[in-house]
Amino acid sequence: MTADHPASIEATGLVREFKKGPRAVDGIDLHVAPGEIFGFLGPNGAGKSTTVHMLTTLLPPTAGTALVAGYDVVRQGPDVRRAIGAALQEAALDPFLTGREHMRLQTALHGLPPDVRIARTTELLERVGLEDAADRKVGSYSGGMKRRLDLALALVHSPRILFLDEPTTGLDIQSRTALWDEVSRLAREDGVTVFLTTQYLEEADVLADRVGIIDHGRIVAEGTPAALKGEIGRPTVEIVPCAATDREAVADVLGRFGERAGASPKGVAVRLAGGEGQLADVVRALDAEHIPLEHVQLHAPSLDDVFLAKTGRTLEGAGDDEEAVGQVTGETETVAA
Amino acid sequence: MSSALGTQVGHLARRSVVRTFRQPAQVVPALIFPLFLLAVNSSGLSRATKLPGFPTSSYLTFALAVPFMQGALFSVMNAGTDLARDIETGFLNRLALTPLRGGALLAGLLAGTVVVALVQSAVYLLVGLAAGANLASGVGGALAIVALSLLITLGFGAIGLFAALRTGSGEAVQGLFPLFFVTLFLSSGSLPRNLIHTDWFREVATYNPVSYLIEGIRSLLVDGWNAQALELGFGIAAAIAVIAMLAASSALKTRMVRT
Repeated sequence: MTADHPASIEATGLVREFKKGPRAVDGIDLHVAPGEIFGFLGPNGAGKSTTVHMLTTLLPPTAGTALVAGYDVVRQGPDVRRAIGAALQEAALDPFLTGREHMRLQTALHGLPPDVRIARTTELLERVGLEDAADRKVGSYSGGMKRRLDLALALVHSPRILFLDEPTTGLDIQSRTALWDEVSRLAREDGVTVFLTTQYLEEADVLADRVGIIDHGRIVAEGTPAALKGEIGRPTVEIVPCAATDREAVADVLGRFGERAGASPKGVAVRLAGGEGQLADVVRALDAEHIPLEHVQLHAPSLDDVFLAKTGRTLEGAGDDEEAVGQVTGETETVAA
Repeated sequence: MSSALGTQVGHLARRSVVRTFRQPAQVVPALIFPLFLLAVNSSGLSRATKLPGFPTSSYLTFALAVPFMQGALFSVMNAGTDLARDIETGFLNRLALTPLRGGALLAGLLAGTVVVALVQSAVYLLVGLAAGANLASGVGGALAIVALSLLITLGFGAIGLFAALRTGSGEAVQGLFPLFFVTLFLSSGSLPRNLIHTDWFREVATYNPVSYLIEGIRSLLVDGWNAQALELGFGIAAAIAVIAMLAASSALKTRMVRT
């Protein structure tokens, strides 16, 4: 932590070992600035939730140090808890209580005065769009509604730092987008620091100011999404000819534009040495050779490419999400040939 | 109790009561099952009152103490499974992230259990009296029965909380129910200890603390104010409550490992 720019979260050499198990978190360093949205990206079992549990004081670290809001997570647990809000992996709600009853309990446990409790409850339920469902039992809520209530509960005491552990897992795209909007607003308008774990590439890409990629308990890459993707380099173009016999001819043409890259069984791909601007030249060159094309796809580097480059494999179970990245961010363009 | 602690206990107790009464499967069996068994036993075993030395001519009066114990057994299961569910769903972690004190969590859960037990006890007593049972100790005795019943519930509820905190599993807590039911069966619930003819059964019933809890309640129904029975009943109930709450507090520290 520096004196002129104190970090909201500062961890050094953080380790968590479990009995008879591998190191779930293996010496990670973190620096999250105030007001920043930090995306902690990694596959299942990478150590994301264990890290969150240590930073939120729910799990003592085996080694290393962590300061949250300037307080040591081991020695100043109550001070840390006063400064943070958290929505952990499962929306931990009581199905027999209503949304309003949850808020009433949470505001009381946080010690808000009785008159403030009611106002805060109303304000937060409105903010997350649950005012109409406030008096319904949570057991009847959809997954998105539960997540929104979870977020509201994490905010009752106006925390400076918010931990969200896979907040959109299992949500439909509309609920996901609504939650992203609220998280963005919290950081932008209220200055709340957000530490967000996710296994969704698009979530980290769209929402996070900076991303840390964790695998097997270690941070393998850290930076802004743009910088991380920039490290990986140039986009790839993949061509699928109409006839399989034309694959060699396509490879010859594409060889003029860059080095070969991995492609689907029917296709040929190259990493474009001159960037996206070469796509038109590629299509013209193939047309000049009279090669009928079935499919042309331009693929800009994604965070999955970053993960692949750093670990040698793709994000576990992220195949579908990778496609969604393109749809949301416009990184992948498909041209019908 | 400080005001903050009182607020925490009050809100957690309220939650416990609300969620219990919103689960008919928790409330109805705890009311119906003991009363059903009371009706069956008091009609089927009424001839036991003819045994020489049987303390009353009304088996209903004699057996009315048992539903209070059975109700307390349900409190083991209800308190324990509710807390186990909180552990399983992560709700306990949510609570751990607030300034909640561990003692307030246990006190709140037990207070809720005791409120539910108060309703149960009142129902058992009113139904028993309406069916013709005697109350030798009068109105004061009714209050003493309810008080002892709540103390027993407190102790048994704390055992349920301890089991939930140690195992974190609702199924494991429910597995305790048959075990407790056996301790009830091997007590003086059906016959006075001195009239149990089987030696080993009488021996087990004599060492079984549940016998003295039942006899404490029963003395108020059958004898009036029997100081020895009440001292043993309240004393053993208090001892169970203290030991179980200490065990639950210790288990909570292990379960809620926040720094």
